[in-house]
Parts: sequence; C-alpha cells; structure tokens
Amino acid sequence: MSTTLFVVQLFNGLQLGILLFLVAAGLTLVFGVMDFINLAHGVQYMLGAYLLVMFYRLTGSFFASVVLALAASLLFGLLLEYCIFRHLYRRDHLAQVLATFGVILFLNEDVKIAWGAAPLNMPVPELLSGSVQLMDGLRYPVYRFAIIAAGLGVAVLLYLLVNHTVLGMRVRAGASNASMASALGVDINRLFMFVFGFGAMLAGFAGIMVAPILSVEPGMGDQILILAFVVIVIGGIGSVRGALIAALAVGVIDTLGRSFMIDMLRLFLPPAPARVVGPALASMSIYLLMALVLSVRPAGLFPARGRA
Amino acid sequence: MPAAETYRQAAAALSTLSFEQRMTCGLLALFALLPPAAAVFVGNYTLLLAERATILAIAALSLELLVGTGGLLSFGHAAFLGIGAYSAGVLASHGLGTLSLALPAALAASGLFALITGAVAVRTRGVYFIMITLAFGQMAYFIAGSLAPYGGDDGLTFPSRTRVAGIPLFDSELAFFYATVASLAAACFAVHRLVGSRFGRVLRGLTDSEMRMQALGFAPYPYRLTLYVIAGTLCGLAGFLLGNQAEFVSPAYMHWQRSGELILMVLLGGTGTLYGPILGALAFSLLEEVLSRLTEHWKAILGLLLILLVLFANGGIAGAIASWRRGGLGLGWKRAAGLATLKAIAPLARWHRALESGARRLAKAGTARASAIARWRCGRLGLAQERARLLLAKATSLARWHRTLESLARRLAKAIAAHAAHGLAAACDLWRAVKMASGDLVISVRRRIARRGRR
Repeated sequence: MSTTLFVVQLFNGLQLGILLFLVAAGLTLVFGVMDFINLAHGVQYMLGAYLLVMFYRLTGSFFASVVLALAASLLFGLLLEYCIFRHLYRRDHLAQVLATFGVILFLNEDVKIAWGAAPLNMPVPELLSGSVQLMDGLRYPVYRFAIIAAGLGVAVLLYLLVNHTVLGMRVRAGASNASMASALGVDINRLFMFVFGFGAMLAGFAGIMVAPILSVEPGMGDQILILAFVVIVIGGIGSVRGALIAALAVGVIDTLGRSFMIDMLRLFLPPAPARVVGPALASMSIYLLMALVLSVRPAGLFPARGRA
Repeated sequence: MPAAETYRQAAAALSTLSFEQRMTCGLLALFALLPPAAAVFVGNYTLLLAERATILAIAALSLELLVGTGGLLSFGHAAFLGIGAYSAGVLASHGLGTLSLALPAALAASGLFALITGAVAVRTRGVYFIMITLAFGQMAYFIAGSLAPYGGDDGLTFPSRTRVAGIPLFDSELAFFYATVASLAAACFAVHRLVGSRFGRVLRGLTDSEMRMQALGFAPYPYRLTLYVIAGTLCGLAGFLLGNQAEFVSPAYMHWQRSGELILMVLLGGTGTLYGPILGALAFSLLEEVLSRLTEHWKAILGLLLILLVLFANGGIAGAIASWRRGGLGLGWKRAAGLATLKAIAPLARWHRALESGARRLAKAGTARASAIARWRCGRLGLAQERARLLLAKATSLARWHRTLESLARRLAKAIAAHAAHGLAAACDLWRAVKMASGDLVISVRRRIARRGRR
C-alpha cells in the first residue's frame, strides 16, 4: 500500500463524497420538508449529464452549456413537480415509491430512445484539463480538484441559504413541522415547489460535473441514488449538515475499501480467499457502516429537529 | 346417488367460505387447470409463462404479507428471490441439488438474511425502512456480483433442475408446473392462517396504532422482525422455484428494479386481500409479455402506466372487484374517471375563476370610469350581464361604504386637526398675549425711563 496511491484514492473518495453530497442534499430536503420519497432523483442526475452533452454539442462552449444545462434541469424538475409529484404528497409511501419508480423507468427508456443506449463521451474543458504535481510521483487532474472545489462551494452556499436567509428559515420550519409552518402563513406548496426544483438542480449539477470524467449512459443515476439513500439514512433525514458529513464518509470509505480491502485482508488471510472475500466485503462496507450507525442512532447522525 | 351427494357437500363447503377464500381458491383452480389445457394447443410456452406468473405470485404474496399486515414497505424484497435461487444453484453446481437438501437450504439462507438485515431495518419505520431495505437489497446484489466462483456478474447456470429423491422429476415441465401451483396454494393457506392468527392480529394492531398496542403490553420489535423473517423465507421459496424454472440465476434477480416490480404487482393487485397479489403477478406477467413483444422500449410504457395507475386508480384490481361487489359497477374506476375529468377541467375552472376575480377587481375600482371599463370588459369576456351588474352593485356598495368610512375618517381627522389647531391657536394667542404684555411692559418701562431722563 504505497502512500501515493493512498493519497490519490483519498482524493477520489473525497470527490465521490462531494458528488454524493450534491445528490443527497436535494434528496434530504425533499424528504425532510415533504416526507416524500423521491426515487426519481437519480434521473435528474442522469439528465443533468445528458443535457450538458446535448448543449455542448449545440454550442461548443463548456461553460455556456453548464449554465444552460443547469437552467434546463431546474425547469425540468419544476415540470415534474407540477405534473406528477404535486399530486403524491398526501398519498402513502407505497404510491410515492411506485409512481417515482414509474418515472425512472419512463425517463431511462426515453433517454435511450433520444440518445441511444451507448455511453456518450464529454471532453474535459481545456481550461481545467491537465494535472497538478502534488508530491513526488503524484499528479492529480485539475478537473477533479475543480469538482471538489465546486462541491464545497455549493455546500457553503447551501449552508448560508438554509441557515441565514428567510427562505432557508421557512425551509427549516417546513422540515420540522410542515402543517404548523403552513398555519403561520408560509405558502407550503410554493415552498415545496421551490425545494423540489432546487434539489433537482443540485442533482443536475452533480451530473453536469461528473459528465466529463464518467461515461454518460442511461441508468447512471440509479447507482448514485442508492448511495445517496445510504448517505441520507446515515446523516439523518432532513439534515444538510448530516448529508455532507455522511457523504464524505461514504465516498472515502467506499473508494478506499475498493482499492485496499484485498491488501488489508491479506494481512490475516491467505491470498486466495482474500481475493474472493475482498471485493464482496468492499462492496458491503458502506452498508455495514449504515447498519452500525443505525444500531447506535436509529434516526441517523444529525436528525432534523422536531423529528424522532 | 354418491355423485350428487358429493356435489352437494362441495357446494355446502363452498358456501361457508368467504368471498376472499372463494376468489383465491377459484384463482388457484384456474392456475392449475387452464395453462396445461392451453399447452395442449399452443405448446409448452403457456406453461412457462404460467410458471413464471405463479412464482411471482408467491413473491408478491410474501411482500403483501409484509406491507398489508405489518405496514412495512420493503424495497429490497428481490434480494430474497436471488438468495433462494443462488442457494439452489450453488448446491446444484456442487452436485447436491436434491429437493431434501436444496429447499431447506434456500429457505434457511433467505430466512437468515432476513434475520440479520431485519434486525437493523425493523428498528426503523416509514421512509427509513424503505431506504434501508433498498440498501440491503443492493448490498446483496453487489455481493452476488462479486461471487467470482459462481459466475459473478454473468450469473450461474444450473447443471440441472433440483432432483426429487434422486429422480429428475422436475425435468418434466408439467410436474414442475404443478409443484409451483402447489407451492402457491400452500403459501396462500399459510398466509391466510397467519393473518387470521393472534400473531397476525397483533401485527395489524401495531400497524393501526402502535402506541395502543404498546400500552396493551406488546413490544413491536419482535413481532415485526418475525414477520420480516417469515416474509423473507416465503420469498426465498419463490426464488428457489424461479432459479429452477430458468435453470439460471444472476445478480439481476436481486436488482432493485426487480424489487420495484414486486411492489408494482402488490399495488396492481391491490393490498389487503389474499387474491390481490396473485392477480397482480398475473397481470404483470401478461403485461410484461405483451409489452415486450410490442416494442423494445416497453419499459417506458410500463413506467407511464405505473404513473397513471398511481395517480388515477387507487386500490388496484382487488379494489375494483371490491367496489364492484359493493354495488356500483366499478365504482372505483368510475371515481377514477370522474377524478380524471375533474383534473382536466380544473385549469378551465381556474381560468374562469381568474376571469371572475379579474372582473370583480375591476368592478371594485368603483369610480364611474372604472365601472364603465369593467362593464365593457365584462361584456367582451362574455360574462353574463346580470352577474357583472350584480358584482358592480356589490362593488359600488363596497365603494360607497369605503367612501363613507373614508369621509368618516376624514371628518375625524379634521376634527382632530381642528382640535389641534385650536390648541395651537390658543397657545399662539397666549404667546402673543405674553409677548404683547411683555412688549407693553418693556415699552412702558422705556417710556418711564425716558420720562425720568427728561425730568
């Protein structure tokens, strides 16, 4: 286990954690404020990536297409909310799960029809290509640093927005007691719509950021959705701070587990079983973390106030 | 006449059954008789389709048990399908694929997985439970994918179907088909007894009001965990059969979309009955079959159907049957259709209301000019003249009242101002008087000084 590899994987884990945070932040707000389980959040992530590729092909400029894709994902989120999700807030979880599952099936297939099933590629913008020398024999791509920086920037922005503005105050009030907030004169439906659109935009932003380094393909949102669920469960539903901490922990543990689990097992197992058990254990590691957190704190690390 | 006697007895026995029991028995009989009969004409294909539907019905039944009785919506139920199938496949690949070994192993493995994951998951409720079961289901999916000795992501092909006492009985499609139908019947019976038992009633009580049941001295956790294990084991049976039917198992069996499809079957059939999941599984299998022949992108259609189903037809097939039995022909569907129409005319109504309120606001302006404009606009907008006039009259009276209020207020203000002015004037007068007096004093003093000086 060399130090360089460890540091590189640590950065990769950090970057995965940041992406997870972007997806989970919107999701946790939607959960917290509306008690609404939205499986289709991963689709927003996928659409963000596809929209970026589409606008890039149209305009040829990376930054213009980022802005356009962000606006388009916001609009799309609002459209989905208006057409489908708005009618589900008062229904039970069974109905919510099924309807949003239907949205996933529908949109995944639509993406396949529109752009084909083959993965698309998106070049890294010239300004952010290249790599940085961190230490001897360790170069790290600038673009991944840009992802980390952008994600942290969004985290700070979100913190300011949620904790230091009137709107954020209303969102927090809605999260701890929606009917009381509504009785005090907060238009809870408008608030829901805003939170939903904003969450969709954050997920779209994660998809946009990740498009140049991953292949853009149908169903790419599904894996990250489940990781985001794990993050939310660990962090506590409705808590943005919990989502940030849990996302970083999950990202780092997952990445490090995948790279070093076999080596670690070799310390006390013969190589052959280590090679078999290692990957299985690595893919289990975050779920084990979740089980561990839940057995100590059943409501997650930082449950939103006013909830058990 | 023994035949007539038997018939009478059978009829008497049937009449003691509830509608739900009769419906379930009828469905099971249909399952047992129709596909083999059809197979004679169409070929083994119908048998395979019916086997699949039957197996999925067992899985949906186990999920319905969890949702309907325990109020626990699991989104990782497909994991048990995969575990049951993998147990059969792994044993078969080691040459141990006999029923007496593979079936208990499949049940034990899925039960154990349910016990371990349930111990954590059942502590939570609602959204948390959904997400945790989803996460555990995905965990099982990834573990299966990393099982390199058993095919990994590519899956595992069975060397043969499970043997019964050393005989390859299940190689006969008909025998395997009847085994699945018998399993479904047994599962129905078991679930029926379980739901009606004290255990089932405690669980339903917990779903209705957890606090009351706790006050009565029932701890929720052990009951829910036991239910979770039972449901997981039952789904393991379905997995065992599913693996044997396809003679193949892959991690895709455990994919979360499969769990979503199981939930779809439960909702499609309708919760709260024994026959709902069976109908749901049947409907889903047929839907999948028909749609996948129609187009390669059949999942888009399925997704759309799902959204429409949730938005407009609550209660599923069983709900429709129940409302039909209650009297109104398809009351549920009628209601759904009514709701759909309502939703469609809602924007129209909203527009109308907007127009109305716009007219009212115009009318409220109250001045002669505004009312003239409003009258003109109301005429243009096609609102009934009387209505507009009524509104106008109302608005005019409002305006008059407003004006009265205003004039009252103005008068009040004037009075206050007058008072204030009065006070001010008095003060000024006083001041002037003082000033004059003091001025007079000064003058008189000066005069006196001047007079003295002259002297």
